[in-house]
Amino acid sequence: MKNILYQKQWHWSVSGLALGVSFLLAVALVKPIGVSTQFVILDGMVWDVFSSEVAVKGETAYSSSNAYLNKSDGKYAKSVANPINYSFIFVLAMLLGGFLGSKLRTKSTDEDDPELPAVWCENLGSSMTKRYLFAFTGGALVLFGSRLAGGCTSGHMMSGIMQTSLSGYLFTIGAFLFAVPIALFMYRKGR
Amino acid sequence: MEILLAIVIGGLFGFSLQKAGAANPQVIIDMLRLKNFHLMKAILLGLGLSSFMLFVLMNLGVIESAHLSVKTAYVGVVIGGAIMGTGWAISGFCPGTGVVGVGAGRKDALVFVIGGLAGALAFTLAYSSLAETFLFNEIGAGKATLATTGIEQYASLMDTVPAVVVVGVIAFVFIIAAWKLPAKSEGLSS
Repeated sequence: MKNILYQKQWHWSVSGLALGVSFLLAVALVKPIGVSTQFVILDGMVWDVFSSEVAVKGETAYSSSNAYLNKSDGKYAKSVANPINYSFIFVLAMLLGGFLGSKLRTKSTDEDDPELPAVWCENLGSSMTKRYLFAFTGGALVLFGSRLAGGCTSGHMMSGIMQTSLSGYLFTIGAFLFAVPIALFMYRKGR
Repeated sequence: MEILLAIVIGGLFGFSLQKAGAANPQVIIDMLRLKNFHLMKAILLGLGLSSFMLFVLMNLGVIESAHLSVKTAYVGVVIGGAIMGTGWAISGFCPGTGVVGVGAGRKDALVFVIGGLAGALAFTLAYSSLAETFLFNEIGAGKATLATTGIEQYASLMDTVPAVVVVGVIAFVFIIAAWKLPAKSEGLSS
């Protein structure tokens, strides 16, 4: 049997078990998993370099000239001012996990997933510029939508549904109601 | 200590997403166009198992219910979900899998993350003018859950049924769905 760490893609049951253990460990030891907030925190860190009003330390709490960073007693402003915090490091560690996951594989499966997915080429052509344009636009929509919703696939769909929260189910319904018809239309060609 | 946990759990989560194929847009797109349920099966199983274990371990006092973090349900959750769903289909990434894709060396994931930073900045700047609109009107009881959590501020929608029973039924449905949904194996070395 091949060492499981070296398989390029796990069987769905192994993937499910590993994801389940991640969700459970996170809530058991610290708090439920979430990702999208950290995009705001990173924006804030960059902004903080150019402005002294983005994250201001007060006597008991942080504050910000920006209403979003200032909300909930400046909890985002506090994270902006303190990059070494659990949630931010968590997302950086995910990047490292992705790196290790893509590097640990056997020789026989040692080829990267194509930069242009096959289903993409069949429907939208082989222009790299077009792919990047869609990736950028998609990214902007995903993060704007996630921040409006107060969470993303991780925070609402995974952590939310794990806790049986109403908001997690509502987010999931909204997301699939749009994502599925758009995907069926955009990528209608190909197996 | 917390930072060490962030590295270990974040690393495990990122590694698992990569090995589940979630950072490959082909897998996401095939799930959304209902061609390949490999990833959905994995997520349903992960959710079923973790949800059930969470409530069982909370009942036994192993997991502190104070660790829960239930988000408020408001109009923007559904509309934001729809906007995120649109971008998800267009790009084949969500915030977590985009980050993992960057780790795996994908240039399209890097472009997605840069776009994401722009979108997050746009929301950060727009928040003050959106905060007072209908978008933030609460739906139902706000921070509500289906199963009783034992935390007073989280209203339970099924408070007459023991939480373990509610979660048991949900987990059962998820795991059966995970097992029964078809997974196309072509092109996937699973």
